Amino acid sequence: MEPERISKHLWRLPTDYKAGMRVPGLVFANEHLIKKAEEDRALDQVANVAFLPGIVGASIAMPDIHWGYGFPIGGVAATDPEAGGVISPGGVGFDINCGVRLVKTNLRAAEVANTIPQLLQELGRNIPKGVGSKGRIKVRRNEMEELMVQGVAWAIGHGYGWAEDAELCEEGGRLEGADPSRVSGRAFERGADQVGTLGSGNHFLEVQVVEEIYERATAESFGLFDGQMVVMIHSGSRGVGHQIATDYLKIMDRVVARAKISLPDRQLAAAPVDSPEGRDYLAAMACAVNFAFVNRQALMYWARDSFEYVFKRSAKSMGMHLLYDVCHNIAKFEEHEVEGARKRLCVHRKGATRAFGPGHAALPQAYRETGQPVLIPGDMETGSYVLVGTEESMKLAWGSACHGAGRLLSRGAAKRQIKGDVLRRELEERGIIVIAGHMGLLAEEAPAAYKDVGEVVEITHEAGLARKVARLRPLGVVKG
Amino acid sequence: MQQPYETINHTADVGLKASGVTLAEAFENAATGMFSLISDLENVGSGAALDVYVEAEDRETLLVEWLNELLYLFEVDHWIFKHFRIEDTDGEHYLRAKAFGEELDLGRHQIKIQIKAVTYHMLKVEHDDRWIAQVIFDV
Repeated sequence: MEPERISKHLWRLPTDYKAGMRVPGLVFANEHLIKKAEEDRALDQVANVAFLPGIVGASIAMPDIHWGYGFPIGGVAATDPEAGGVISPGGVGFDINCGVRLVKTNLRAAEVANTIPQLLQELGRNIPKGVGSKGRIKVRRNEMEELMVQGVAWAIGHGYGWAEDAELCEEGGRLEGADPSRVSGRAFERGADQVGTLGSGNHFLEVQVVEEIYERATAESFGLFDGQMVVMIHSGSRGVGHQIATDYLKIMDRVVARAKISLPDRQLAAAPVDSPEGRDYLAAMACAVNFAFVNRQALMYWARDSFEYVFKRSAKSMGMHLLYDVCHNIAKFEEHEVEGARKRLCVHRKGATRAFGPGHAALPQAYRETGQPVLIPGDMETGSYVLVGTEESMKLAWGSACHGAGRLLSRGAAKRQIKGDVLRRELEERGIIVIAGHMGLLAEEAPAAYKDVGEVVEITHEAGLARKVARLRPLGVVKG
Repeated sequence: MQQPYETINHTADVGLKASGVTLAEAFENAATGMFSLISDLENVGSGAALDVYVEAEDRETLLVEWLNELLYLFEVDHWIFKHFRIEDTDGEHYLRAKAFGEELDLGRHQIKIQIKAVTYHMLKVEHDDRWIAQVIFDV
């Protein structure tokens, strides 16, 4: 069956697309991307998510949709706990609270161009990166428990940041409900030496320049200007999240078998939000969410530190304030309007960004009038985007937008087609400095391995999920 | 001649399809396949052995538990392996094995890929004319 086109950028999978769907599927895409999603079997995964007990409205996918495991990447699903709604660890993913933050400066990139190579060298030296890298913060078990409960406030209390930083994170840098007693010993072990490590894969730290501004008033309100140097940090909860997801997937798999819930993919394993297993997972997941906030906070601390070392000025005098920190892989309780009534829903975002519009009570004061900044990391070549959340998005997709470009080539295909050292030379010819832990991994993350982030952002903008504010071009990249 | 394992290219991730005459051999090949994705096994010694024991609910989750255990030893205890010998298993609920390898040395062992976890997506353990063990990793 073909997906039905509802409007220019919206497609519908009716419930008879696949027997067992409880709600329809909705995919934000143009003709080109819907075709890709179909070939990729990601549409089948949109249909699979619609099997989840208690799912409300629709199984939704953002324009950067691609084949994941269980949920498609780019998937958004809300369940109603009062109607037996489930929480699915697969709807959050293994890298719990993988996310992005953007740090501003008051420096003009053109004026400090000569210093950028030295800055990248220093960042590369200062930031623990790559497989097996150890963090510079040693955290004992009892401290790790505090970290998992307090989030960014823990980091600030230990000197890693400024008091203002916490408020400028989604959830204030601390997701409620964290209970470290629900976290396995193995997750603690895996996290012990990983606080403040970049990791590998698609994670990065980039020095960027504001290349283009689309919505001047909002950009000004965000403190963004043409030619400004900014720093983007993309990382997650490292081994802590991977282990918590692994542990609870196993538990949920048993729940599904016991309760005889019919699911088309074992990776979708889930338990009712209102059940011992559901509550335990949410309490453990919140620990990983807070760990990830602290991780990005520590990485930002070393970025500020590197700037201070290279420019011989204080980070404050360089205006290195956090714009915002957003989560890409998370499940949260949020209030939304369902058929005219306010409901508390459990919203899964698997490779999607929250994009709340103006006036939302969950936003910090600074963004109450504009709507929240939505940060979209792109590929190393095209660049990244800052968008702003809309009121429309609340009605369209539980206040969600895309999270990135979405992969086009598998890692194996990318590696066969692209050589890491050739890619580095090409990027450097275009003035982009690359500091990478492993050249092989660099090839997998090559720009050609991703969909055009510009196309994904354009659809997001035109569909009303979020509006374009600015485009950021990379000057230098630190990769795992 | 049947390959002991082949890789499956998934858009965002990577998988393995291992085979063997017995379930144990397919599981051993899956483990070798996983470590061949992580690093070039030619540079890995096998002078030391670690005992591994896992339990599970069924044969598919036994495969997941087996591979997860090895990933854990890699990430937390910094071991890298190249040979495996499954000494005892009922093919469903438990597995006892020896993993041969050495301590990780990032100077010699270049890491090609970081595997975050073993997923349940497309997970399959089947017997046709040979045993097949199929798994997708989150990388």
